[in-house]
Amino acid sequence: MNTKYTIVIAIVAIAIIAGAIVAYTYSDSGIIVLNGTGASFPYPLLDEMIKDYETIKHNVQVDYNPSGSGAGVSALIDKIVDFAGSDAPLSTSETEKAPNTLHIPETIGSIAIVYNIADVPSGLKLTGQIVADIFQGKITKWNDSAITKLNPEVTLPSDTINVIHRSDSSGTTFIFTGYLSTSSTSWKNGEGLGQGKAISWPTGIGAQGNAAVAQTVNTTKNSIGYVELAYAIDAKMTYAAIQNPSGNYILPTLESTTVAAQARASSGLPAGSESWSNVNLLNANDANAYPIVGFSYIMVYKELDDIPEMTQERATAICEFLWYVIHDGQNLAKQVNYAPLPSNVVEINSATIKSITFNNQPVLK
Amino acid sequence: MKLTGDKIFKISATIIATSALAILLITGYTLAVGSVPVIQKFGLNFFFGQQWNPIEGKEVFNILPYVLGTLATSGIALLIGVPLSLGIAVFLVEMAPKSLSVPISYLVELLSAVPSVIYGLWGLFIFQFWMRDYIQIPLTKYLGWIPLFSSSQSSLNIFTAGAILAIMIIPTIASISKEVISAVPNSIREGAYSIGATKWEVIHRWVLSYGRSGIFGAIILGLGRAVGETMAVAMLIGNAIGPVAMPISLFQPGQTMASLIANGFLDTTRGSLASSTYIGVGLTLLFISLIINVGAHVVMTRVFKVKGGAVE
Repeated sequence: MNTKYTIVIAIVAIAIIAGAIVAYTYSDSGIIVLNGTGASFPYPLLDEMIKDYETIKHNVQVDYNPSGSGAGVSALIDKIVDFAGSDAPLSTSETEKAPNTLHIPETIGSIAIVYNIADVPSGLKLTGQIVADIFQGKITKWNDSAITKLNPEVTLPSDTINVIHRSDSSGTTFIFTGYLSTSSTSWKNGEGLGQGKAISWPTGIGAQGNAAVAQTVNTTKNSIGYVELAYAIDAKMTYAAIQNPSGNYILPTLESTTVAAQARASSGLPAGSESWSNVNLLNANDANAYPIVGFSYIMVYKELDDIPEMTQERATAICEFLWYVIHDGQNLAKQVNYAPLPSNVVEINSATIKSITFNNQPVLK
Repeated sequence: MKLTGDKIFKISATIIATSALAILLITGYTLAVGSVPVIQKFGLNFFFGQQWNPIEGKEVFNILPYVLGTLATSGIALLIGVPLSLGIAVFLVEMAPKSLSVPISYLVELLSAVPSVIYGLWGLFIFQFWMRDYIQIPLTKYLGWIPLFSSSQSSLNIFTAGAILAIMIIPTIASISKEVISAVPNSIREGAYSIGATKWEVIHRWVLSYGRSGIFGAIILGLGRAVGETMAVAMLIGNAIGPVAMPISLFQPGQTMASLIANGFLDTTRGSLASSTYIGVGLTLLFISLIINVGAHVVMTRVFKVKGGAVE
């Protein structure tokens, strides 16, 4: 036989087989795929939850892409996902574009101020003011008197501080810059500064996502950055003890995060359908609380009909998954260093999830 | 009128050829329409200002630092990449024995098949430290008093990004230059040798000079890739934002237009001022690429006097 024909036949055969495999995978295998995207801050925990959930519910697959809070919110507004993740609550203008969005705080994490200085272990003492001055480019050397005064027992190099920050729109940045704004008036009122998911950084190197910031700090000598605690622990990084309002220097740990969550989140929270834009868990008033702590939210539409091609089956799968996240899923939080939700938050969330509707009927009975 | 096979072929070929033009026009039009809000708001400052503030209610988006960042990284890429590429091309055609030139040409062409994210990763984990230890540290130590060489200490900077771009454009420039040099008629070489020219003289006075329009075209193709390259640059340039991204020193973090879009576009919502900004950056990038290509064409026809593919 002619070689040309052989090749053609081979290509056709491969195409048919590949097509059959694809068709088989996506046919009525009964698997419902839920799509979420957004914050990378809760991803280590969410990833554990999804793996666990898929062993319980074999017919549901959850795909969560940790693309950053900003990307999450814009995907929510564009209605291209079933749920979005964001560490920053919706702003007024975002609420206008995505009306009837429910906020479901799904976990509480803390932001570690990580650094990479030769021979300096975790526990370098820093205040919010010093951190703000470093990220503003006012303190540029590690042996600046403001830092050495607090750490007489540590030998600090005379090298320039390499600041590492996020380059994408990020909820971690939102919580972190919120904290800097409470600590430093020059940060709060500075040109291009203040609180935001992205700001005009006066100094430093930008990296995309929590994991990339951790990696860049680890590979850049004399650097400082900020990442969610789980990333800092996972990447074996050294991080600072930050002064809290009681004047104590506290390392970010599961305990100091949980204490902060209990102190700040146990009362005065809005309902899921209300605005959360004024909620924060910063500077908890407890002697042992870590000061840079925040909620991470899952956001869904109250009326799931708003999302194109929604079905009763999908709606049920979404609500059941969310229900799992705020109840049984919380048992996984401690092992990856997130604080479990306080019981009052779980109550608020339960009411929120029960209020989700499809075709004007509540999805969960 | 009867539709013969020839006519059908002619019509369909015309449609396919014009669709390339149509795609360019549609892209340009869409980008222009999308960037109207931001240009209306900031006017010429959008192109020539340095401020950047994405915080809601205080938004300012000016893009001069990223335009200059693009030009700086591409310039570095050409400065490093062109001599290397020409060296490779000349060696392969004029000097290397066939047993060496064939495998090396394959390898050079293979380099262009490596996805840019791989160059980015390699740059992030390995290459940036070579740059830091062997180029950045010595240069800043002895020449640090010149602003161009002052240091930010980190090797995620404009120079590292430019150097990785140089590596990425080498295969393009080298392989096309190789073809151009191979096409130089042997009679030219023979004539030059016969009047007593050395190998070096033959290469730079006759061969390169004869092929200069083709080599120039190769360089422009390489420049095109350097200007538009996104992923590897975003991973290595340090992603500075606002006035601090103005490229003053080689060893400071910067930002190019393409890396700016890669970093931020995903996070914007449709119809917002920020999304209009990124579309405006896209328009500027398209415009600069067009200028480069049109400029190259003008240079080729006017300076080199190329007519019908031959140098006069």
